[in-house]
Amino acid sequence: MMMIFGKPAPLLFGQLLLGIVNGSFYAMLSLGLAVIFGILNIINFAHGALFMVGAFSAYLLLHWFGIGYWPALVLGPLAVGLFGAAIERVLLRPIRGLDPLYGLLLTFGLAEVLEGVFTNRFGSSGVTYSVPRLLRGTRDLGFMYLPNYHAFVVVAAIVVCLATWLVIEKTRLGAVLRAATENPAIVQALGIDVPRLVTLTFAGGVALAALAGVLAAPMYSVNPGMGSSYISIVFAVVVIGGMGSIGGAVFTGFLLGVVEGFTKVFYPPGAATVAFVVMVLVLLLRPAGLFGRSR
Amino acid sequence: MAGLAGARLAAFLILLALIVAAPFVVYPVFVMQAMSFALVALGFNLLLGYVGLLSLGHAAFFGLGAYVGAFCAKSLGSGPELAILAGTASGAAVGLVVGFLAIRRQGIYFAMITLALAEMVRFFCLEAPFTHGEDGIQPIPRGRALGALALHHDFAMYWFVAVAFVLGFLLLYRIIHSPFGQVLKAIRESETRAISLGYRVESYKLLAFVLSAGFAGAGGALEALVTRIATLSGVDAAMSAQIVLMVLLGGMGTVFGPVVGALIVVAMQTYLATLGSWVSVIQGGIFIVCVLAFRRGVVGEIAARLRLAL
Repeated sequence: MMMIFGKPAPLLFGQLLLGIVNGSFYAMLSLGLAVIFGILNIINFAHGALFMVGAFSAYLLLHWFGIGYWPALVLGPLAVGLFGAAIERVLLRPIRGLDPLYGLLLTFGLAEVLEGVFTNRFGSSGVTYSVPRLLRGTRDLGFMYLPNYHAFVVVAAIVVCLATWLVIEKTRLGAVLRAATENPAIVQALGIDVPRLVTLTFAGGVALAALAGVLAAPMYSVNPGMGSSYISIVFAVVVIGGMGSIGGAVFTGFLLGVVEGFTKVFYPPGAATVAFVVMVLVLLLRPAGLFGRSR
Repeated sequence: MAGLAGARLAAFLILLALIVAAPFVVYPVFVMQAMSFALVALGFNLLLGYVGLLSLGHAAFFGLGAYVGAFCAKSLGSGPELAILAGTASGAAVGLVVGFLAIRRQGIYFAMITLALAEMVRFFCLEAPFTHGEDGIQPIPRGRALGALALHHDFAMYWFVAVAFVLGFLLLYRIIHSPFGQVLKAIRESETRAISLGYRVESYKLLAFVLSAGFAGAGGALEALVTRIATLSGVDAAMSAQIVLMVLLGGMGTVFGPVVGALIVVAMQTYLATLGSWVSVIQGGIFIVCVLAFRRGVVGEIAARLRLAL
């Protein structure tokens, strides 16, 4: 058996792959957080809960309407995104302009409500959702076994992150969005409906979280607590990468996933906390974050 | 009495009277828990209400204080006073580390860092052998106050907790109304101006954070002695949420708000426990309503209506 750094290669590559898969979710979630933060100036604490709602949306589409995985990949994020738009209109718009801490507190409460409601309906152990037929099975790459679904998740995450980046950097909508982030008053004066843009952006960020949720549904147990276990790590990602750049959020997400994977091979008990250790190191050495302008 | 005057003195006397009367009317353990959490909330208010710093990680100090206090009382056989002091010291010590790291960033980032570091403390408590993992430390002996007065009866324990609470309350009142407290308020109002006036804002923030964490540790140790159990739920993120809610609901930046908030939240936890996970739905709902329509909190609202400083 091939050995690398004294560890069997299949173990090393297997954990590396799981790290990249986890990193895909970190990247998609911190990307959504960064997009929302850019224009609303609040941290959406309910992001993890909405990721969970996204995973449940795939399950509910299947069990209530018999709609399978592939349509759910579009319909789930669409439905949760609409829900996000409603949240922005009803709950977040009234507190616009207040100290951003209020937005954090409000979404904090929202996360509790969502988790509580799903716990009541489905119990805390949750439900299972099976891998779509097309993506079942594994591939033998010679040095390791690659589950098809894992590969799909990584590719999908990269495509989604690239697409988001393209929309924001290369389209007219993205240009307006960036302008509104810099100076909403002037953009409004130029005749653009900024409040609608804000709603749209929040819905978009929420839809990203929900899409990550649908992608996660076949891999993990779909349970009400699945989002809150991600959110603290995603916060560490955001602190490390800073929310100034989209590329930074995505890169840091994948990076932390990989670091976690390696830690699992060389020092298993440290895997759960390594993200926070990296965060502490970054705070000590580069307080503004790897890509951040200090805020 | 530590410079209490006017409406606040009257409110304080009412509070004292209520504390004296309470054990004859309601279940004493409930009031003892409320007083323990009120200490935590008072310390949290020093940070959120007076410096404007939101910590989402206070469960780390509360839970660790509970574990360390429980360990001293059970395994080392120390008296309750020493157990509480040890809990306070452990909360403050971890608060020093967390605070040192978190004040390197502002606003929302500060909150996220405290949350992430608290999660790290939770993992430590999950793995460390002295916490006994899922079982927790139990039963914790309450010992004898001052080496003489046995506390295993709830009634005796009640007066011990009441004295600890009142001492903590007065100490915090003193801190808030000291020159140090005035500088904290100045930082909340305008950090740049405080810096330009020559104050070392970082040191003030850090000291406020350490004091706040110390109060959380003290409250944790006290609560552990009251309930005779210290578990992982003390270091859980849900506990941090409850502590934030106490101060938000009671009224941040008010002297009595955290006490009222702690009482309401503990009452909810105690009397709505049969509703199971609906409690978290209700709690989250209160968060939302508070932020949307009730940002001054109960005491802040009363004070504004009556035009009093409470």
